Amino acid sequence: MEELDVEPSTTLIPGVGFHQKHLGFEWGPGDLLVYETNYRLQGPRSASSPLVHIVRRDEDICSPILRKLFNESHLIFVGLQKLKEDVPSKNKKSQFVSVSKNYRSVIRACMEELQQNAVSTREGPLASQYGDQVSILLAIELIWNLCEVLFIDAAPAGSLLLLLLDWVRLHKSDVDTRAREVLQSESPALHQSYWDVVISLVLQGRTDEARQVLSKQASLRAESSSVFKRMDGLLQSMPIFNPAGTQTLTEFDVKWRHWHEECDRCLQDNTFASSRQLETICKILVGDEDTLLEQKELLSTWYHFLVTRLLFTHPTIKPPDLHYYAQSSMNMFLGPRASPEPLDIILLSAFEFDLHQVIKDCSIALNNWWFVAHLTDLLDHCKLLQSHNLHFGSNLREFLVLEYASGLFTHHSLWQLAVDYFDHCPEFGRVYLELQIERVPLDTERKAIKVLRICEDRQMSEQVRSICKIMAKRALRNNRLGSALSWSIRAKDAAFATLISERFLQDYSNKGSFTDLDLLDNLGPAMLLSDRLTFLGKYREFHRLYGEKRFSEAARLLLSLMTAKIAPRSLWMTLLTDALPLLEQKEVIFSVDQTYELMSCLEELNLDSKDSNQTDQDEDIESTKTELLRLALARNLAMAIVKEGTIET
Amino acid sequence: MFVAKSIAADHKDLIHDVSYDFHGRRMATCSSDQSVKVWDKGDDGEWHCTASWKTHSGSVWRVTWAHPEFGQVLASCSFDRTAAVWEEIVGESNDKQRGQSHWIKRTTLVDSRTSVTDVKFAPKHMGLMLTTCSADGVVRIYEAPDVMNLSQWSLQHEISCKLSCSCISWNPSSSRAHPPMIAVGSDDSNVTYSGKVQIYEYNENTRKYAKAETLMTVTDPVHDIAFAPNLGRSFHVLAIATKDVRIFKLIPMRRESANSSGATKFEVQVMAQFDSHNSQVWRVSWNITSTLLASSGDDGCVRLWKANYMDNWKCTGILRGDGSPVNGSSGHAVALNAVGVPGAAQMVVGAASAGRKKAQLMPG
Repeated sequence: MEELDVEPSTTLIPGVGFHQKHLGFEWGPGDLLVYETNYRLQGPRSASSPLVHIVRRDEDICSPILRKLFNESHLIFVGLQKLKEDVPSKNKKSQFVSVSKNYRSVIRACMEELQQNAVSTREGPLASQYGDQVSILLAIELIWNLCEVLFIDAAPAGSLLLLLLDWVRLHKSDVDTRAREVLQSESPALHQSYWDVVISLVLQGRTDEARQVLSKQASLRAESSSVFKRMDGLLQSMPIFNPAGTQTLTEFDVKWRHWHEECDRCLQDNTFASSRQLETICKILVGDEDTLLEQKELLSTWYHFLVTRLLFTHPTIKPPDLHYYAQSSMNMFLGPRASPEPLDIILLSAFEFDLHQVIKDCSIALNNWWFVAHLTDLLDHCKLLQSHNLHFGSNLREFLVLEYASGLFTHHSLWQLAVDYFDHCPEFGRVYLELQIERVPLDTERKAIKVLRICEDRQMSEQVRSICKIMAKRALRNNRLGSALSWSIRAKDAAFATLISERFLQDYSNKGSFTDLDLLDNLGPAMLLSDRLTFLGKYREFHRLYGEKRFSEAARLLLSLMTAKIAPRSLWMTLLTDALPLLEQKEVIFSVDQTYELMSCLEELNLDSKDSNQTDQDEDIESTKTELLRLALARNLAMAIVKEGTIET
Repeated sequence: MFVAKSIAADHKDLIHDVSYDFHGRRMATCSSDQSVKVWDKGDDGEWHCTASWKTHSGSVWRVTWAHPEFGQVLASCSFDRTAAVWEEIVGESNDKQRGQSHWIKRTTLVDSRTSVTDVKFAPKHMGLMLTTCSADGVVRIYEAPDVMNLSQWSLQHEISCKLSCSCISWNPSSSRAHPPMIAVGSDDSNVTYSGKVQIYEYNENTRKYAKAETLMTVTDPVHDIAFAPNLGRSFHVLAIATKDVRIFKLIPMRRESANSSGATKFEVQVMAQFDSHNSQVWRVSWNITSTLLASSGDDGCVRLWKANYMDNWKCTGILRGDGSPVNGSSGHAVALNAVGVPGAAQMVVGAASAGRKKAQLMPG
């Protein structure tokens, strides 16, 4: 398979390149920044005020209507991935066809909405933009529908033509409009589009409707009614294959040939000589190529011509023979000098059953990966890519899905859809997700939690840690200690938790009270993350117990903070000072043993502080405090001894 | 591609570097006017300049953001032989209302004897480490051991490359399978040392960086160098801007257990080489998923390169100035395509024109 060498498109940046000749750039999320510069570093100074330009590749993602397309197709995609593997293949095929139809209906819905908007909007450029998007979606749906008929449904001879007829009818809806117009007019038979309508209906194989319209004519011209009756008869007797019926294809073929011969005989007998139009119709029924080509305007596309031609010459066409007729139809219809459009080439590749070429050409021609990613994924599920001898079958699918999803990731809300797509790319999905999810801007706490949940669900522990750390750091910068603490706990970042706990304690010693009480009171086992955090939690608990007047519990806790070495030495003085009110209560709270322990803590502290260099003033304060404490402890000791020594009578 | 927006950068001289932060919500620009400007993207999608200050006493060549895990930190390097680290401090409330923020200098790194040509932060899993390279041929790696105190940086490694250095790139991979790796490019025209790209690797045993590889086939001056983000590959990909664009594949070779203390040996392959710029290439850079490489050359173009699933590389787009002088203010979006009428929808493939265009259904 050779690659068509497609020339890359050039985008011109206005106002750049005049003063300085180099173009600097920087990759951004979903865009590229460019600016005028000079890399040679010694050059003329730039007098003008430089501009930085933001260049984007994909406009489609910004459209709110297309967003609906992305959202709904995402649901279908996820549903498809979850289809059970063990269903028998016959049922599988119908499942896949139904998925394909779902995709197409989503495309159609989106198209209709765009069309409405295009009509109702007043702004010129916007209307034309909508119009463009409608065109693209029309083309996409056309191609998809054909792929469904040929590849997914894989219709055999007989049904194939019927499905192709449906396909053509669906994409040429103006016939219905015109037919209605004619029938609703005062005298339909005299309507200027009358014969066009009849012929169009015949070209689409809609014989019953054609007969209905023809009957209007018959009632008018009594004298030529026999001719009309004859035509009516021909139309009525045209055999249509019924796939669900008991008739075999061979039997149908025989019947059809009989009918074909009858039509031919009518021509030979000049039955319709009196009416030029009826004669034309008869020639069409016989499948006369020249007559068909004369109807170019009514057919409007070469593939309509193809299907009509097959209908009237070879209704039992087999799939492998399709491409020959397709190529020749295109050549005949377009003529020798016209060159085919990309859409034509894609359709032709489809008729030739060259799936890979279809995918490739669509990838090149379209701006967004949406179409090729979803179609290829579906075809891969139908196991069609492998059978076409592509050793990179599943890699192609993954490649396209990854491309599509990566494009979604740059969007502020669609990135969540992308996650599911990555989940279903077994080889590289995870690593792509890890890389891209870190870049989702954490604008709000809510968004951060959303991102975190996605990472936690997938055990992406490094990403979890990183996001929590970023949020913690941000909270700390803005002095929101409670938030910073809870993020560090979630990040399991002991070092940072210690840091924040220190800040809490600093705050406490500055202000005399704690902030974020809710958080501190409900730390639970998270407290154990770091020693300092444990201390903070327990210290807060002490204050709470004191506030609830549960003095003996508070006392016990306070003591344990020092003896269990949870409290840092630097805070012992504070703790001992906190003990003062408990010592000065009327009741004895600290027992004898506890008092002895407190005393030894105080002495330990004194020994240490002899080494530290403090100012004279600080030393004074320290020694005063120590004295106070010693006094209080001694008094408590005395009272405790008495209390414990007294026998209750 | 189309120009969605244009921002008046308001620098009084040439812009030399523009850098997005990790999340793409902030941007820093640096210029020959010796200043750095920081821009923030508002909720309305518009960019506002929230800080602008003089950073050096010479042209500022590069500016780069640290990972947000370390806070809001920038580093800049300049012709004035220094590199500097800046941290944003949360300002007064009336500053916030005016939409301004303050950046203060945390440290100046003055070890270089010549112009500092590049400054890059190492991957975050290595801690807060800053790397500079200079025209004096030395790559310096600094570390801030206490991430809460950014005024303390220590020079951990000095790598003497013997050639004037123009660019550095860290391998972003945090895989434990290989030690930290840095690539250094040189724009020296010296012919004695012909390999202009050197790759150094950290050795756990000696605790030093040792040269692992010199790309001998790159003999012309190198202006930029960039490791691609590693997406689960077992090999490394390095893009080089020299007289053309070159992409190398570095495959670590299995070490024999006896020799495990030495630097990794690599098998070096050329994955792609593009000379479409037809002139010196000055910058190369990978997008986030390493699916696209962009290069900027003397021809005044930025070219985008992409590999398909067969690993065949092709140019998928070109950006170029239209050579017209700037006509006044910034702001309005201009959608221009060199081929085709603006706004028209045409599905074109094959011969002459464009890659990515829209479809037009045949009438029906």
